[in-house]
Amino acid sequence: MDDSIRTKVIQILAEQAVLDPSDVKLDSTLESLGIDSLGLVESIFAIEEAFDISVPFNANEPTQSDFDISSVAAIVRAVEALVAAKAA
Amino acid sequence: MKRVVITGAGTINALAHDVPGTLAAFRDGRCGITELDIRDKDRLSIQIGGQVHNWDPEAHFNRQQIVLYDKFTQFTLLAAREAVAQSGLNFDGHLGYDTGVVLGTAGGGVNTWDENYRAVYEEGKNRVHPFVVPKLMNNAAASHLSMEFNLKGPSFTVATACASSNHAMGLAFHMIRSGMVQAMLTGGSESMLCFGGIKAWEGLRVMSKDVCRPFSLNRNGMVQGEGAAVFVFEEYDHARARGAQILAEVAGFAMTSDAADIVMPSKQGAARAIAGALKDARLNGDEVGYINAHGTGTAANDKTECAAVADVFGPHADRLMISSTKSMHGHLIGGTGAVELLACIMALRDGIIAPTIGYEEPDPECALDVVPNVAREAKVDVVLSNAFAFGGLNAVIALRRI
Repeated sequence: MDDSIRTKVIQILAEQAVLDPSDVKLDSTLESLGIDSLGLVESIFAIEEAFDISVPFNANEPTQSDFDISSVAAIVRAVEALVAAKAA
Repeated sequence: MKRVVITGAGTINALAHDVPGTLAAFRDGRCGITELDIRDKDRLSIQIGGQVHNWDPEAHFNRQQIVLYDKFTQFTLLAAREAVAQSGLNFDGHLGYDTGVVLGTAGGGVNTWDENYRAVYEEGKNRVHPFVVPKLMNNAAASHLSMEFNLKGPSFTVATACASSNHAMGLAFHMIRSGMVQAMLTGGSESMLCFGGIKAWEGLRVMSKDVCRPFSLNRNGMVQGEGAAVFVFEEYDHARARGAQILAEVAGFAMTSDAADIVMPSKQGAARAIAGALKDARLNGDEVGYINAHGTGTAANDKTECAAVADVFGPHADRLMISSTKSMHGHLIGGTGAVELLACIMALRDGIIAPTIGYEEPDPECALDVVPNVAREAKVDVVLSNAFAFGGLNAVIALRRI
């Protein structure tokens, strides 16, 4: 897997957090980036639009969702999986 | 200050097309949420709702009326006819000048917007029906009520999202209490169950795909509903003098603003509205036997609402009952407080508390008596109805048995 997905996801999260992409690390959490629940919903929308995928995420039960949001690395992995599933 | 009583009630919603049917459903704990029957459902990720089925406008309105009435207006007129008939009032004489209409709706004629955007954008048409504007405007339902019943007093519509009906009924209460008018038709209506109306809500990712289970630990979101409820509010001496049947007294009302967040609720804002309604009604917290909760079934609302109730009532919070009938009729958005007031009237008059259905697992953050799954007999003298809207606008009504 090339790193274009990672670059794009980081770019989306950085824009939401109003940070430079270089300040968004793979071990960053949404909380450490200052992205709240509304910001998360907006980021997921941006991810869906960027990759033409549908992200299974319900704001009422974020931890029970198949979409892991525990860190930037987790989000990148989840998006990679969804993109791969779409290609398959 | 004048006293204000309710002398008529009417409704149409997913549970029934009238009040007796709705109250029977509340007693039975029946769920009105079903698979949606709307155009382009296959393109929606949310495919359930508290939809009004078997709706036949031709049975109630003629062709000239139907071209002017969006579904939210149709629902309002049907509910108002039931309410006015029950009240026994006739507004043809001088009473018509002394009676107005205040209604709540969040979206107004959403189906009309949806159908006509579809016509011009999707179908490429360059012409729409001449009555699109008078059909979709938020005050259409209020204006058609004024025309149908000859109501010539102060009439308008308020839009405060999910608190619209409570704000409307609170204002109607204030207007009678101050002596401005003798009677008011008030309540609210919503008809947002169309492709665009649901698609917009999907975006927030707070909707459940299967069931609305407020206060239950495994709740996974709200479910939209549609319909209307309308009440006749009347000055107490006026009602007494004509020997009217009094359903309940409107004892108090309060509204607050969180001034905090456009979607996240605030415990303090909710608590101030609840406490304010008690103060306005000159009631002590321990007189309240039942609260009809806002209880949307979202993670955020339910725990915030329970915390607010615990704050206001202290130890009495563990003794009162609180339920969310949205589990049965869905969230009617701007019309929801009006339909939910029916459960409050049922509690006071019939001594039956409507349940919160779909309840499966206790949530330690919602550790109140939510009347799970089964209606309960209980004598209560005072009830509250909560509404907490997006935008941080809160409106709470207190009713008393009379």
